[in-house]
Amino acid sequence: MDISIENLVKKYGGQRAVDQISFQVKTGEIVGFLGPNGAGKTTTMRMITGFIGPTEGKIKVGGLDIADHMDAVKRRIGYLPENNPLYQDMPVIDYLLYVAGIQGIPTEQQMSRVAEMIRITGLNPEKHKKISELSKGYKQRVGLAQAMIHDPEILILDEPTSGLDPNQIVEIRKLIRELGRHKTVILSTHILSEVEATCDRILIINRGKIVADGTSDLLRKQARGEELLRVRIEEGDPNEIFKEIQALSSVQNISFADGETARYEIHCKEGAHAAREVFQLCVKKKWIITEMIPYETKLEDVFRELTTHSS
Amino acid sequence: MRTIWILSLREFRSFFDSLIAYIMLILFLGISGFFTWLFGTDVFLVGQASLGAFFSIAYWTLFFFIPALTMRLLSEEFRSGTIELLLTRAVTDRQVILGKYLSTLLLITVALLFTIPYVITIGSIGNLDVGAVICGYLGLFLMSGAYISIGLWASSITKNQIVAYLISLFIGLFFHLLFGMLSTSFTGFAGQLFTSLSMREHFDSISRGVLDSGDLIYFLTLIILGLFLSEVSLSRRKINS
Repeated sequence: MDISIENLVKKYGGQRAVDQISFQVKTGEIVGFLGPNGAGKTTTMRMITGFIGPTEGKIKVGGLDIADHMDAVKRRIGYLPENNPLYQDMPVIDYLLYVAGIQGIPTEQQMSRVAEMIRITGLNPEKHKKISELSKGYKQRVGLAQAMIHDPEILILDEPTSGLDPNQIVEIRKLIRELGRHKTVILSTHILSEVEATCDRILIINRGKIVADGTSDLLRKQARGEELLRVRIEEGDPNEIFKEIQALSSVQNISFADGETARYEIHCKEGAHAAREVFQLCVKKKWIITEMIPYETKLEDVFRELTTHSS
Repeated sequence: MRTIWILSLREFRSFFDSLIAYIMLILFLGISGFFTWLFGTDVFLVGQASLGAFFSIAYWTLFFFIPALTMRLLSEEFRSGTIELLLTRAVTDRQVILGKYLSTLLLITVALLFTIPYVITIGSIGNLDVGAVICGYLGLFLMSGAYISIGLWASSITKNQIVAYLISLFIGLFFHLLFGMLSTSFTGFAGQLFTSLSMREHFDSISRGVLDSGDLIYFLTLIILGLFLSEVSLSRRKINS
């Protein structure tokens, strides 16, 4: 089930919370919405799930325009809203049965669906407790279980790992990965390692607009073509080292690392790798390399670059 | 229809889970029992096997209790954010409104059923006018229906339960008391208008045993108007601003 979004706009008052967003999600893709707080991630998700209506633009789910086929579309979407709201005073099983009921699952299948969800999300030890008595991690699992109970083809998860401890985060990510094999998943987060770990594709949203779209590798490449090397070279005159390295064919430029002698940052030319040449140079000159660290551009840097420039 | 039933059953159970239902039932039965049997114009003072005392006290207790039941129906969901979960499920806004409405009506019905022992005991000490009793209950039921509808609307416009309670009590007060009072100080068309808006007028007319279509239209109009406005205020989020 694919999702297609065209020129989506949502205005709050005079402000555009979402501004002319268009993108497509193919069946079976896991797409991560990445953006600072208030970028328009939640608003976009709320529009896809039909909780709020768009000011302008079209949303199609599986070829159906949601403005005309809301009920059919709702049955195919599983949604975990931001902050995972749940009826705190209901026991887990009762709550899941209730959701199964309003999602239109026939009565005789409800119990087996609920049992299946409890198994998948690992809720078994907690299933008789009231939701308010659960830890945050288990509440999140209840949130995921209720989103998947009707076996939707599309899962929309708004910050699925927020507030979880590192172990729980790993588990939930693994769960999402597994689910993503058969379903189309859109998830939002402002944690970068999360999209790298779980998503096939990343959409970076800032101030209501999509500022980048692609796999994490592609985004990294786009952001900065060259490789960065950090080296520490001992013995030898720093100025001479500086000049010699600068003269190498694969080196774009070199600079002294802040505050430290004998440490240099080498920016390679696009597509070139300077490590070999630097090494050979040092051997020839009898300088001693005590450190050589290739730095890849991190997604963090891409993100910062894309989301702070325009502000 | 099945969906509405599932929605209202959950809501009905949550009245009991949160103890509101128990408190409401005990207070309602306690207060109406106290005034029916022990205090004021109770059956022994009147010396008649009549439920008049019960109906006139229930007329007021329900007026105060219903907003307390309805205030959380939607406000609570807005505040906790569960409304988002609810409305993105395969349910329509109308089903949500009707489900919530029915749950409260069901609870009031249960409360009224618990007063049947009063009817039986009073019936055992004298001749009871069964028709009048049935009409009295019908009056209470219809009045509750109207106030639940108003309360549901009040709950649909705010996140704050106390605000919802006060708004529904404030609107209710007009129908319950003020229109009746106004009608006595106006003559002509205005007087008639206020009379026809007064809850007391229609409630008394039904509990006297007169089933007038005008009374039914009055209650149904209030109920449908309240439900309609609730649905409108729930659906407003979808409309382009």
